[in-house]
Amino acid sequence: MTTDATPMVTQLDGEAVEVKVTADMVKRGLWVAPAIIAVAAMIWGENGAWSAAFAVALVLVNFAVSALLISTTAKISLGLMMGATLFGYLIRLGLIMLAVLLVKDAGWISLPALGATIIVTHLGLLIWELKYVAISLAHSGIAPPRP
Amino acid sequence: MEALALLAQEADKAAAAASSAGFAYGLAAIGPGIGIGYLVGKSVEAMARQPEAAGMVRTTMFLGIAFTEALALIGFVVFILIGL
Repeated sequence: MTTDATPMVTQLDGEAVEVKVTADMVKRGLWVAPAIIAVAAMIWGENGAWSAAFAVALVLVNFAVSALLISTTAKISLGLMMGATLFGYLIRLGLIMLAVLLVKDAGWISLPALGATIIVTHLGLLIWELKYVAISLAHSGIAPPRP
Repeated sequence: MEALALLAQEADKAAAAASSAGFAYGLAAIGPGIGIGYLVGKSVEAMARQPEAAGMVRTTMFLGIAFTEALALIGFVVFILIGL
């Protein structure tokens, strides 16, 4: 799996587990998105539905970019992976902020719906995924059936 | 003249609210930043010590990063609700 013991040149050639985990989360996110949008529409109306859809897209893209950054840089070196993770955090926060600032004055945006959906979707998908990851880590080889 | 002064006062209040919300968001991002740095540092150490466990470490590291990031997202949501 590793070529050397020095962190700056040690690289991980194994399976990109982040991509696998993120693919699962994106799949589940797309699966529950209509329900989230429907709930937002019931609470905040049509603007809420559009904002919820935008928030779900933001969260899924954020997960995907994070996984892609880690898996790409882990193949180069652990040092680079660490740097990319930290700067990636800042850059992704900046991109989310930019995306929200760009649409904040749009007629279809509802900021409470957007904010609530970002938090609920992000935490909900993580906790959902944690159920599968925790069981497969505790009992390797025994994974619960995926939806 | 009085109306202009009132308008300027309101604009000042809005600017102050926006800048304090931005300041709060910046503060909210510091904690997760430290957390992610510590988390990734320890994970790299674990992967360097025990390369055969790298897959497991990477999985927990990735989820840990995402959970820590949720704190910053909560700060961001408070910012957009108060400051925008």
